Amino acid sequence: MGKYLLRRILQMIPVVLGTTLLIYALVFALPGDPVAAMFGDKPVNQAVAAQIRAEYNLDKPFLVQYVLFLKNALTLNFGNTFAGQPVISVIGRAFPVTIQLALMAFVFEGVFGVLFGIISGLTKGKWSDTIILVISLLLISVPTFVTGFILQYFLGVKWHVLPATAGAHPGFIDLLMPAIVLGSVSMASIIRLTRTEISSNISEDYVRTARAKGMGNFQVIVHHVLRNSLIPVVTYLGADIGGLMGGAMITERIFNIQGVGNTLYQAIVRGEGTLVVSIVTILVMIFVVTSLLVDLLYAVLDPRIRYA
Amino acid sequence: MTDMTMNESLNGSMTESNAEVFFPDPLPGQERFVAPLDDTPLADVDSVNDEVPATSMWADAWKKLRRNPLFIISAVLAIFVILVALFPFLFTKQDPMACNLDNSLGAGTSGHPFGYDLQGCDVYSRVVYGTRTSVSIGILTTLLVTVFGGLIGAVAGFFGGWVDAILSRVTDIFFAIPMLLGAIVLLQMFRTSGSIWKIVFTLTLFGWVQMARITRSAVMEAKNLEFNTASTALGSSPVRNLFNHILPNSLAPIIVMATMSLGNYIVSEATLSFLGIGLPTSLVSWGGDISTAQSLLTTNPSVLFYPSAALAITVLAFIMMGDAVKDALDPKSKTV
Amino acid sequence: MKKRKVTALAAAAVCSLALVLSGCGGSGSDSTTGASGGSDAMISVFNPEPTNPLIPSNTNEVGGGNPIDMMFSRLVSFDNKGKAHNEIAKEIKGNGDSSQFTIKINDGWKFTDGSPVTAESFTKAWSWAANVSNKQKNSSFFANIKGYDELQQDGVPADTQLSGLNVVDDKTFTVDLTSPSSTFPIQVGYAAFAPLPESFYKDTKAFGEKPVTVGPYKFQSWEHNKFVKVVKNPDYKGGIKVKNGGIEFRSYTDPTPAYADIQSGNLDALDTIPASYKKTFLKDSQVQAVNDPGSVLQMFTIPTYMKHFGEDQEGKLRRQAISMAINRPQIIDKVLSGTGKDVTDFTAPTIPGYSKSIKGNDVLKYNPSKAKELWEEANKISPWGANDVFKMAYNADGAHKEIYDAVANSIKNTLGINAQGNPLPTFNEFRSNVQGRKFTDSAFRSGWQADYPSPESYLMSNFSSSAADGNGSNDGDYKNPKFDALLTKATAAKSVDEANKIYQQAEEILMEDLPAVPLYYMNAYGAGSKSVQGFTFTWKGTPAYPDMSK
Repeated sequence: MGKYLLRRILQMIPVVLGTTLLIYALVFALPGDPVAAMFGDKPVNQAVAAQIRAEYNLDKPFLVQYVLFLKNALTLNFGNTFAGQPVISVIGRAFPVTIQLALMAFVFEGVFGVLFGIISGLTKGKWSDTIILVISLLLISVPTFVTGFILQYFLGVKWHVLPATAGAHPGFIDLLMPAIVLGSVSMASIIRLTRTEISSNISEDYVRTARAKGMGNFQVIVHHVLRNSLIPVVTYLGADIGGLMGGAMITERIFNIQGVGNTLYQAIVRGEGTLVVSIVTILVMIFVVTSLLVDLLYAVLDPRIRYA
Repeated sequence: MTDMTMNESLNGSMTESNAEVFFPDPLPGQERFVAPLDDTPLADVDSVNDEVPATSMWADAWKKLRRNPLFIISAVLAIFVILVALFPFLFTKQDPMACNLDNSLGAGTSGHPFGYDLQGCDVYSRVVYGTRTSVSIGILTTLLVTVFGGLIGAVAGFFGGWVDAILSRVTDIFFAIPMLLGAIVLLQMFRTSGSIWKIVFTLTLFGWVQMARITRSAVMEAKNLEFNTASTALGSSPVRNLFNHILPNSLAPIIVMATMSLGNYIVSEATLSFLGIGLPTSLVSWGGDISTAQSLLTTNPSVLFYPSAALAITVLAFIMMGDAVKDALDPKSKTV
Repeated sequence: MKKRKVTALAAAAVCSLALVLSGCGGSGSDSTTGASGGSDAMISVFNPEPTNPLIPSNTNEVGGGNPIDMMFSRLVSFDNKGKAHNEIAKEIKGNGDSSQFTIKINDGWKFTDGSPVTAESFTKAWSWAANVSNKQKNSSFFANIKGYDELQQDGVPADTQLSGLNVVDDKTFTVDLTSPSSTFPIQVGYAAFAPLPESFYKDTKAFGEKPVTVGPYKFQSWEHNKFVKVVKNPDYKGGIKVKNGGIEFRSYTDPTPAYADIQSGNLDALDTIPASYKKTFLKDSQVQAVNDPGSVLQMFTIPTYMKHFGEDQEGKLRRQAISMAINRPQIIDKVLSGTGKDVTDFTAPTIPGYSKSIKGNDVLKYNPSKAKELWEEANKISPWGANDVFKMAYNADGAHKEIYDAVANSIKNTLGINAQGNPLPTFNEFRSNVQGRKFTDSAFRSGWQADYPSPESYLMSNFSSSAADGNGSNDGDYKNPKFDALLTKATAAKSVDEANKIYQQAEEILMEDLPAVPLYYMNAYGAGSKSVQGFTFTWKGTPAYPDMSK
């Protein structure tokens, strides 16, 4: 087990190298000249532009840029953004609020997704199942920019139930609505996944055995059905947590949250290579760690799955 | 494809010999916890009529599907949607590209039941003509993602070890690439192309990872089930096992993911168009219309409603169909 | 050099549009105490996060430009109508041909660190900004000062001074220009020309985070991605009357949440309206709506290097046909919901010299039959193929899609040709294509906001030959010697009125050649919270921040 963990952690090295190289290549391939665009619509002062390019190593060939980035990254020097801010401090500002938002969304979609999924799976074909199906359909067919806007308009502006935007120092209440919007899309998939697994596991032999042995309905569901149904759901949730962090571009914009999604969007649009690579590197590490956690959870949920 | 049948007959023939092992005589002072075999009709259930020809899993499934009203309704809906996609001109005589600001946000009239959008285009004909683009993107992407992601996930989950390590870490990398970044770079290469394939390709490239993860987990779970051990014991090769036993038993979560993603991909096309990297304005699509109608939400919600409703109905059809197919293929559901 | 084009930079800057370089000043010069009047409440306003350190010579975008404008006084300031008033300057005197200026500054002005404002505060700041080693994005603002070219060489020491600047005494300095410029006394009102304290040169990085300034407001704090706060400067000696205790420039990436904040009273001023609220904001009882004529001209350039649209008879006919095929009033009404005004010339309604009666301006009026006729005439010269498409490029990270879809439909319906918008995902890419002259088969979006209220600002940088070929913002490379001659004549005119008449003659030529097709004048529009007073716009379309109070 210890060996397995070590191996998984060591695998992070090639993953980070691969990701940084790939992202660097993608940013390099972005159309447009980021330095010329800094001058807005004005004619570009070529002498100044050349100096700026040199400062950010943009005048060097792609591989040289990449190696320079790696070299600096090893000493934890990620350089500055085009705005003259250290990349480290930009990341340090963006991640805390996004982690909070992502965790809230995660708990929301996890708890309600599984709960609705169980209800739906146990009452297959009944009216409660149908209502939950309709909710899932709504969540799937209406894009986030619409759900976010609707919630903001009604809950925030019209009825003053929740703050309309997150504000400068968002707390739990400020992030509640964004978290619901962010979590709602994945929630639909979680509902359907849970429902499927529950409805198929409920007819398993061991369930009938447990019932025959006189186990209560609730206990049967929690101890046997749910445990055996969770593997795909846990997989989905595990993969989603990283997505909630990097992919919250639209939600963060609607509620004016200055987090990772927003920062990443700006960095991509401006063509800021080092910032994009640094953020994505952190994201990929989160993905590697969560996928390790998910794999370990498999063994807990299904003792037959073992790792050497 | 006689695997399932084989499986069952296998269980059936083993039951009697196992009976002694599983139900030993009670120890002194212990009550019997299972009724003697003769007391229950279990024997009837387990008895196998050897004279009936073996049926395949797919034939079984088809037989069940034909009798499932859920499947019939969803199939009719899906066929309808596909008909609209193939022959939009049968459903409207209006040109969806004929837009005139004179009609901007006009209410529905006869011949224009859904009214007009901001640019004065007929919403009904746009919904009809948008079907082809949107449904093609949805179905094609879902197919590619399911085949590609499913295969990678199945191989990773089944073989484990270094195969899994490599495939899963590649999956991690793809998870982390921001779709916006990848899409801008990819789609600029096909800037001039008006074909939907560039969208399908991009969505597939960033969509397969979730499917791979789900398939991997389902395969890892199914790998340990008894029928696999039994089949291996009977000399079946690992690859044969994977395709004949494990994948069919892992289908449920894959089908759910596929049907849910279908809608997601149609909506994603909207996001890409919104960012200016989607389809040219000369191609009508639900996604594009949903994203442009977003700003009319408070004043003219109906412009947003119709394409969204078309999308919802399509997704519903595929979800229901997926459910029915999944139930039909599920060997466990036979006993219900 | 002194003007800039308007292009929305990402969604953040959707409507604020321009790089704010010039003053947006106070209400007038009746009060010189500055510190008097008004309450001490802080006003919170919508602002994109500054993308540069708060150094005037490096900031060319609204996010940083707005706070800089409030903190840094210059030699002159502009009032809400765009009229220049002496601020730190006591006197700016030019020689006969406007090639040398002697500048005297007022006594008693002090930076917020207590150091006095001297002639050197200006000369050193300008030299530093012009010096290529300091990598300032606005360095070309100083290009007309003697010695600029020497400062553009590789490896020039960072503290080398412009040879054209000479300090006479503590409060006087002279400026030698490379070529005469009668507008120089106005140019020194742009933020890049602000004086800087000695402490700036010791640690420019720290300064950029926490500037030491002289102006109506002083720096309080900058929490990145959250807000920049400035407070009223009690030691301010200039003519701008500050009616509030300070301004919080709150960072937003999108105006939609800002509008929700205005409605719920969490924000006081928003100088744009998000698309979702454009149809309703004028009737919204939860906000104070403003929708006044503005100074921004929106157009699309048809480059002279575009196929079928060269500087010949065919090109001329096609340009006119395209222009007459666009039903502008209808687009302004339906798509812009009345937040624009129909065009009649190449300037804007708040500019002296704006005219509704320029000869030949009926080419800007919707005339389907004439348009069709001209188009057919052009087809006789060289036929428009069945597969040819008239495309108009824009950056998709701004909010331009609806307008260009409508324009394309109007052209399509009138001329019966295929026309469509041509979105490019990022501003980066859009600008690269414009700068690289890559739009050989597509027209492209352009717009202009003047730096000072004169037709010169619009005509010179957009259409003069000297601004073509990458030397200015004439990105369509339009060249017409007759037009150039009229501009030169206007610059030398004795009075503003006379100059404006000559500019209008020059515009007659543009009406015929249509190097760019004007679409509409963008209004200055926005929303204020119910509790704020004095929510108005300056002639440039930015809110008059010092006038607001609560």
